[in-house]
Amino acid sequence: MTRPLLSVRALRVEFATRRGPLVALDGVSFDIAPGEVLGVVGESGAGKSLTGLAIVGLLDPPGRIADGEIRLDGERIDNLPPARMRDIRGGRIGVIFQDPLTSLNPLMRIGDQLAETIMAHKSVGRRQARAQALAWLGEVGIPSPEKRIDGYPHEFSGGMRQRVVIALALCAEPRLVIADEPTTALDVSVQAQIIALIKNLTRRHGAAVMLITHDMGVIAETADRVAVMYAGRIVEIGAVRELVRHPLHPYTQGLMAAIPTLDIRADRLMQIPGAMPRLSAIPRGCAFAPRCPKAFERCAARPPLITVGDRGAACWLYDRAPAAADARN
Amino acid sequence: MKSADAIVEVRGLSRVFDVSAPLISRLIDREPRRRLTAVDGLDFSIQRGETFGLVGESGSGKSTLARMVVGLVEPSRGRVIVDGVDLAETRDRAARRAVRRRMQMIFQDPFASLNPRWRVGDIIAEPIRAFGDAGGRGGRAIRPRVDELLELVGLHPADARKFPHEFSGGQRQRIAIARAIAVHPDFIVCDEPTSALDVSIQAQILNLMRDLQQRLGLTYLLITHNLAVVRFMATRVGVMYLGRLVEIGETDALFARPRHPYTRMLLDAVPDLSMSGRPRIAIGGEPPNPIDPPPGCPFHPRCPRAIAICKIERPAFRDNVACHLAAAEG
Repeated sequence: MTRPLLSVRALRVEFATRRGPLVALDGVSFDIAPGEVLGVVGESGAGKSLTGLAIVGLLDPPGRIADGEIRLDGERIDNLPPARMRDIRGGRIGVIFQDPLTSLNPLMRIGDQLAETIMAHKSVGRRQARAQALAWLGEVGIPSPEKRIDGYPHEFSGGMRQRVVIALALCAEPRLVIADEPTTALDVSVQAQIIALIKNLTRRHGAAVMLITHDMGVIAETADRVAVMYAGRIVEIGAVRELVRHPLHPYTQGLMAAIPTLDIRADRLMQIPGAMPRLSAIPRGCAFAPRCPKAFERCAARPPLITVGDRGAACWLYDRAPAAADARN
Repeated sequence: MKSADAIVEVRGLSRVFDVSAPLISRLIDREPRRRLTAVDGLDFSIQRGETFGLVGESGSGKSTLARMVVGLVEPSRGRVIVDGVDLAETRDRAARRAVRRRMQMIFQDPFASLNPRWRVGDIIAEPIRAFGDAGGRGGRAIRPRVDELLELVGLHPADARKFPHEFSGGQRQRIAIARAIAVHPDFIVCDEPTSALDVSIQAQILNLMRDLQQRLGLTYLLITHNLAVVRFMATRVGVMYLGRLVEIGETDALFARPRHPYTRMLLDAVPDLSMSGRPRIAIGGEPPNPIDPPPGCPFHPRCPRAIAICKIERPAFRDNVACHLAAAEG
């Protein structure tokens, strides 16, 4: 296997509180290969956005990385000083957030914002940067970019703004793009366009993508592999096609069955009883066990990510070890 | 075409909002008044016991419509008739009250729709008190009714003592549902009831809504942008674009054979979870600004099948669809 572009190992993120630390991410490990699209899916509070923020060094205090390591191209980036991290962010890692308004400076013309980013990360002059900014606006599908380059963010519609944000994330030609719910604020018809755009552009420029979303449909359409998160942990990870069709972890199974589809009109949706635990009340052992229809005595201990074929599932159901040990005795 | 068992009839309903700049700015800039037609001449009826789904993108006017139906927004033109009573015209206070009691609403955001300073029991009891079902002095009938309602929506009677902040989003939506059904309504307007919730919680709430519909004989007007939710819930579906209905149909037929190109486009835009690789038409453009809608058919700039007449003449809503092509095809 080629060396991963991004490698996250045993990442643990804690929030210090008066009652002791809250563990928001616990033992999160995954790789992203060059040019690969990894989808990260989970419900609110599962820790998917936090994982993205930890990678780009944007955790707000009191949140902090308590353990584990993050490597980009083999180089550790989880302990860099803020100035070095700023170079990486926007340069080697581009970021697209959910709300385009928070990523754009409302007082600056969009062409200037793009040119500034290009100049900050590439050794080009002002005129060249502006020419590249113009080319990027065309590439992300802004109609008549030569007229719009001097516009302000408020003069663009939501979909067009998100296109500008995509240009901003890609203009320094990063190797990795972290997109956090990039289409959640958009209408369905525009959402489909933005997904196609992110997919095509990153492929053309050879960038890998970490696509964070709660929408399994978006993942199915876009990602090569997918990581499913629950209560700050990865519960299942693997190729998107197999994972969507034959989920292994009971949580993933419940999640997939709970999604209404256009094809079949079901009489009832499958539902997972209860809700995800709060950070202060994550059960010992498997965090999903209290809601799991298949829970058994081993679930009182925390399951590691167990390899099943080329997939990983954090569930004791797939552990063959004790049976093998019994056989030896 | 008054149908025998319609619980709600909407006739020529329109709402225009004045979005002009303040008078002084208009005088200085010599700008005319600007008007936004949020809802433009809608006609439809909702049958007793059905779920009428209304889908559309943001700015299509679906929430304005919902608010007009329950009387939170006054129509500019047109009428809403509930069980034969036109709320805007009836002077008979008792009749108005009776109709009001029979209509309730569930809102999108369960964090904004519950008063954070009230206990859950008081929130659910409020409509009972307001409509005088309290059972005499001191409201002796209220407590058991609140307990019953909490159990009906899958919560515990002990939850009546708690405050909204002690509940998750899904549980809060259950509380909102308990409040909505507290006074035995027939008809509930649900405005994006699960849009703020995670999918596993959405499944719980949608199942609950369907169970309650069966048990209590409810009629729903369900407003959502999520086509899969409409597919699961609705008996019939209306598709809105820029304040107008472009198509109405039975859910199964509309999803299997969409007649309006916009309906087709919406269906094609839904990410494909089954990964079937079904052929889909890519869509261009964004919904236009409702302040300045395009002439002719408002969808023509984005329509892959637009012909000359679509740019000039607005298609009439005939035979449940507003499209020149559908009219030509019969």
